[in-house]
Amino acid sequence: MSKNIDAKDLSIYYGSFRAVEGVNISIRKQTVTALIGPSGCGKSTFLRSINRMHEVIPGAHVEGRLELDGQDLYGPGVDPVGVRRQIGMVFQRPNPFPTMSIYDNVIAGMRLNNKKSKKADLDDTVERSLRGANLWNEVKDRLDKPGSSLSGGQQQRLCIARAIAVQPDVLLMDEPCSALDPISTLAIEDLINELKTDYTIVIVTHNMQQAARVSDFTGFFNIEGTGKPGKLVEMDETKTIFSQPKQKATEDYVSGRFG
Amino acid sequence: MSTGTERTDIDTTSLEAPATSTPDVPRVQGTLPRWAPWGLLAGAAVVVGAILAVTGFSVGLWVFLTAVLFALATYVISRMVEGARRATDRLVTVIVSAAFLVAMIPLISVIWTVVSNGIARFDVAFFTNSMRGVVGEGGGAYHAIVGTLIITGLAAVMSIPIGVLTAIFLVEYGRGRLSRAITFFVDVMTGIPSIVAGLFAYALFALILGPGVRMGFAGAVALTVLMIPIVVRSTEEMLKIVPNELREASYALGVPKWRTILKVVIPTTAGGIATGITLAIARVIGETAPLLVAVGITTGVNLNPFDDRMATLPVFSYYSYVAPGIPREPFLDRAWTAALVLMIIVMLLNVVARIISRAFAPKTR
Amino acid sequence: MTTTQVTPTPPTTAKPVTQLGDRIFAGSAKGAGILILVVLAGVAAFLLSEALPAIVAPADELPGDQGLMVYIWPLLFGTLLSAFLALVIATPLAVCVALFISHYAPRRLAQGLGYLVDLLAAVPSIVYGLWGAWTLAPASVGLTTWLNDYLGWIPLFAGPVSTTGRTMLVAGLVLAVMILPIITAVAREVFLQTPKLHEEAALALGATRWEMIRMAVIPFGRSGVISGAMLGLGRALGETMAVAIVLSVSGAVTFNLISSGNPSTIAANIALQFPESSGLAVNTLIASGLVLFVVTLAVNMLARYIVNRRREFSGAN
Repeated sequence: MSKNIDAKDLSIYYGSFRAVEGVNISIRKQTVTALIGPSGCGKSTFLRSINRMHEVIPGAHVEGRLELDGQDLYGPGVDPVGVRRQIGMVFQRPNPFPTMSIYDNVIAGMRLNNKKSKKADLDDTVERSLRGANLWNEVKDRLDKPGSSLSGGQQQRLCIARAIAVQPDVLLMDEPCSALDPISTLAIEDLINELKTDYTIVIVTHNMQQAARVSDFTGFFNIEGTGKPGKLVEMDETKTIFSQPKQKATEDYVSGRFG
Repeated sequence: MSTGTERTDIDTTSLEAPATSTPDVPRVQGTLPRWAPWGLLAGAAVVVGAILAVTGFSVGLWVFLTAVLFALATYVISRMVEGARRATDRLVTVIVSAAFLVAMIPLISVIWTVVSNGIARFDVAFFTNSMRGVVGEGGGAYHAIVGTLIITGLAAVMSIPIGVLTAIFLVEYGRGRLSRAITFFVDVMTGIPSIVAGLFAYALFALILGPGVRMGFAGAVALTVLMIPIVVRSTEEMLKIVPNELREASYALGVPKWRTILKVVIPTTAGGIATGITLAIARVIGETAPLLVAVGITTGVNLNPFDDRMATLPVFSYYSYVAPGIPREPFLDRAWTAALVLMIIVMLLNVVARIISRAFAPKTR
Repeated sequence: MTTTQVTPTPPTTAKPVTQLGDRIFAGSAKGAGILILVVLAGVAAFLLSEALPAIVAPADELPGDQGLMVYIWPLLFGTLLSAFLALVIATPLAVCVALFISHYAPRRLAQGLGYLVDLLAAVPSIVYGLWGAWTLAPASVGLTTWLNDYLGWIPLFAGPVSTTGRTMLVAGLVLAVMILPIITAVAREVFLQTPKLHEEAALALGATRWEMIRMAVIPFGRSGVISGAMLGLGRALGETMAVAIVLSVSGAVTFNLISSGNPSTIAANIALQFPESSGLAVNTLIASGLVLFVVTLAVNMLARYIVNRRREFSGAN
């Protein structure tokens, strides 16, 4: 299931504005990679470019190559919609569909794509996904309740269940805990550790302790000033980044001297 | 804001105690008791009533002079006791409340006039008979009710898809000059006078079918011109409320944009869109002028909107009132009842709209 | 470090892959938008083409034998006079009513009153017209007589007083009653949106309720009130039935509000004349409709201009 991601000299543009410049990164399967850096440094933009979500903004495009196990995600004839089915995403704020029940939220990926499935298969998917998201025991008795009736942390786990229900290869997480309380954050972090056996996980976080806790590798993005493009400064094993980074900027950032 | 008065009262009383000991704090001279406005109002009413009892009594004059005396007395007394600022505040309160009451008078009078005049013929025959062959009493507006429903229905069928799709274009796809142009011209359309819409429909069909043409469909076209901008505006507002996070959640599941719009965006705000559409229908169902021009009037039932004149409720009411036959009374009665029925339909549509928006309110978080 | 100069690059040349469903759906949405432009162009084109015969026809063939301008001018005058009258009466009242609902009435009552105002905005114009002719016109005779007796030296109230009450004053009042709920609804909406922080800031400075409204609510809501008033003016200009039923017309151009000789309005004139007209008379009426269209368009543009210009200062965002 899990796949490698390789970016080769990837630059990301909004119109003629270059938001991210020349990223070379290799994300290995079955690992958790954290992206850290100050606000506006392009880490979220890079994350969203992995499943082509940044193209939601008109005029967005990329240069360079982005490969998923050698397959060029931006090659001619590649449907961004298809890319997103292979690479799932979890957002900053939990966003279950308010018109759907918990059950329907989990299978939304199938239902919205009009896949016909047997009830039994759907039931299996729901249970498997909710178990995978550590939510099954909390909601199994009220699957028909609206997704918005859950607490914030439960909603976020519901969103993770929704993302893994379509069995993607990669799971992108854009500051998944920033809207959650510490207990819920802990639950999500535990979950990330369990999920990495099945998925390649890339997580953007502002919380350096979180990056240190959950990730195997860490990439540090930085920006030289407003209006300049963001860059990947350094990428290494997490403990290296936090103990002996090679770049001065990284050291300043992880030691809290700026940002 | 209902607690405004109490709040200021508390402020001044708490200010009062230190005011006596520390001269630096601005002194508040005093506060009128809570019952003062009512007392003054009653006093003014009695005084004016007594004067008018001598000079000759009239209700209108009594109410008017009481209000004037009350406002003056409030201002003067409050100024003496509480100072200029509080006095102005009280005066404005009196003026605003009085203006509200003044504005309510005609609106209540409208409802009262229509209901009291219309109730006479609010009977079964009115809803089951047409006017074919009726010269005096009896008859009904069955043909007009049917005509109104057909024409409004046609207008709704034409304008809802166009309006909703345009709103989707503007919110979900719109950018660049085309969407700016559409936004601008939808604004322009909002300002088209209804009679001009009627003339347009007439001119359109006169060019195709020759001058003097009248048919239900032309009326429906006129109403469509009036209804589209309302539908576009309200749907646009509703679509804009849908949080972008939901769209992104759907895209991230690999759902194409059009399915995202159909299955996530629209269901989330379906109640709001339906409410807007219902209110748009309520707006156009009472339109008289365009139908007068494009559809005309007839006495019998005509179910074919593509052929000849049709009766509609507002036009029926208008002609019954301005061009009654002899005797006049039955015609006037029918005019009022038609107006009453129209008003009831409009109010029902409004109530339905409220119920829809309540029932389908997006359950957020 | 590498140079950070932003080089404008052309968008990727490869055509973005879009699904068939997406193309169909986006296309139909776009088509609907374009259809609206076509319809509006059609409105202008058809009105022009049907008005053209009246514009080019010799003066003596038109109704009134005096040419198009002479025919339309009194109507235009009546339209502007009645609408302006309505606006002058309705706007201050509407602002007061909106303030009452938003800042004076008890909370529980306010919501009901809000519904009521919305409901009244939806009452069909024919209903207001019937009410104006039946109830208001006769009731106005006493007032107009009094105005004539005591204020007759003002040209507006010169008389002779109409005995039926079907005067310009009553037409203006009916229009005012009609647009009152419209202006109120818009004004109430913006008054309610006044940021609570601004209001509390004013109250914290020791302002009375009125001072708070003057400091926080009115400046915030001003552009909303203007756009509401313009919306109402647009409605009053184009309003047909109420005027057609209420006003007794003679074609005179006069500021006298209380006599029985009044100019008609464009819209009412069309409604009254159209059903019995044929040939060039129809073209003439359509030409007058075109003038009305242009006038309301100008009012709407002006409103939008004012609102857009004011928006920057209103503190609304």
